[in-house]
Amino acid sequence: MKSRKLEENIFKFLMAVSLFLVFLALAGIVLVVAMKGLSSLNLSMITQTPKGGYYLGKEGGIANAIIGSLYLIAGATILSLIVSLPVALALQKDYLSRRFADFTRLVLDILWGTPSIVYGAFGFVIMVYFGLRASLLGGIIVLTLLMIPIMSRAMDEAIRLVPFELKEMSYALGTTKIETTLAVVLRQAFPGLCTAVILAFGRGIGDAASILFTAGYTDEIPRSLLDPVASLPLAVFFQAGTPVPEVQARAFAAALILLFIVMIINIIARILGWRFSKNIVR
Amino acid sequence: MFKGDLLKKRQIKEFLALFSGRFVLIFINTLAFLIFCGLLLKAKPILHAISISDLLFSSSWHPMKSEFGLFVFIISTLEVTMLAMVIAIPVCLLAAIYLSEYAGRCFREFARLIIDILAGIPSVVYGLCGVLVIVPFVRAIGDFAGISTTGYSLLSGGLVLAVMVIPFIISISVEVLRMVPQPIRECALALGATKWETIKYVVLKKARRGLLAAVVLGVARAFGETMAVLMVVGNVAQLPSSIFDPAYPLPALIANNYGEVMSIPLYDAALMSAALILMFIVAIFSLTAHYTLSRIGETIER
Repeated sequence: MKSRKLEENIFKFLMAVSLFLVFLALAGIVLVVAMKGLSSLNLSMITQTPKGGYYLGKEGGIANAIIGSLYLIAGATILSLIVSLPVALALQKDYLSRRFADFTRLVLDILWGTPSIVYGAFGFVIMVYFGLRASLLGGIIVLTLLMIPIMSRAMDEAIRLVPFELKEMSYALGTTKIETTLAVVLRQAFPGLCTAVILAFGRGIGDAASILFTAGYTDEIPRSLLDPVASLPLAVFFQAGTPVPEVQARAFAAALILLFIVMIINIIARILGWRFSKNIVR
Repeated sequence: MFKGDLLKKRQIKEFLALFSGRFVLIFINTLAFLIFCGLLLKAKPILHAISISDLLFSSSWHPMKSEFGLFVFIISTLEVTMLAMVIAIPVCLLAAIYLSEYAGRCFREFARLIIDILAGIPSVVYGLCGVLVIVPFVRAIGDFAGISTTGYSLLSGGLVLAVMVIPFIISISVEVLRMVPQPIRECALALGATKWETIKYVVLKKARRGLLAAVVLGVARAFGETMAVLMVVGNVAQLPSSIFDPAYPLPALIANNYGEVMSIPLYDAALMSAALILMFIVAIFSLTAHYTLSRIGETIER
């Protein structure tokens, strides 16, 4: 009996240690980024674009990257929402044959797993084919490709949680499928849909590999869709790669801003989900 | 008259909705097909220059001399991923078991929040922290063990990757463990098993497929991870002889060289075939996980 208890206690201890390691990782990352980033974070960092000699440690900021990232993510989120919501709704089981739905889910799962660098390379090929330079448009398109599978699969999961009895009740009242979908399913799945959008948003804004070749990098704020555009993840990446210590510290400031945006979005998603979960029937 | 109009309007609306639903689904499937075909088409010219076995198993990488052996890069990718998994899997399993079996509701929600945040951190931030913390740490270990290393090594890459995939694997594992029906646990407990024995002999056995799927998804994620690994792994194109040697995984190869491909003939085809290999391997992992998880979903529904 004693050895059985002992074994349990040993494993419980190991579990506590591993959970502690996970928490430590988050605390460590946030602390490291905050400590290194706060020291070089100031107002001009957020409001100014890089001046001459910025990459040698002179003055300037990364407003170009912040604005650029927001442009990119706004465009990509809207575009992928336009595609993903119909896809997720059309995957409901009363809409089409189970086999086709399952096949599409499979395809989406494969696309979800596809590394972002592959999307980047593919996007670059497409852009070369059409004679485009690295541009805001290219970045938005590649990010959209990256975000569609994430968003539509997450939305699909949320919609599948809507009880079928609820839909049947609505059908019994004589509604058509689209009427039921708009009036019942969308409302029931709303928190889940919000979470899906946020999930894709988070993946999109932090992804550097896909926009490395397709969005380019520039010190200007883009004026048209065909201008190259800077982005926060790439700002972090490029500044971390320079040998100048001041610029490296600025990489942490950029990372801090990025982390801040991601966390704010996370919190908003939680509040939205909690606020709209009131009208949900389970 | 009016009633008929309304009915017609609703019918048209319904028809349009169903039609556009079909249309977007076909669009998505075609898109996936196009991506695959595009990669294949761009990678194909390399096979005219060298044979497929040279491409996969030759380790001479000299783009200037038209020698494109990807062996070093493939092995590097495999080694980094395996190292990450060796570190991550025990931590993930233990943490997931604790969260699903022992933790109270409140603590579980809190831990889920932490894990969600961790999973949402962009990979460049992981890379940055890796450069600042893990690389010197590995260098210190190397010094301690008497091995000269810059710290930019296989081990650093594995550690950073492990930290990145841990939240991902934990959250799926917890879901899977929670799916094991409660009565089964109660049966085992009623037979006099301790809580740990119940977990070891009953819960884990019941959930092993799902846990495997979680791990496979983690591997797939780790396999294609680019930026974080690129920043800490050293990027030297030679076979690493120990975990303190630098390595050069496939995604890093593509990311580092794609900008300058146009000047060298066949270079872009070689990099495309690297991308294709990546996509192919990850697709196999995703397929495995998809089928395992969907089968579990079905048995639970029944």
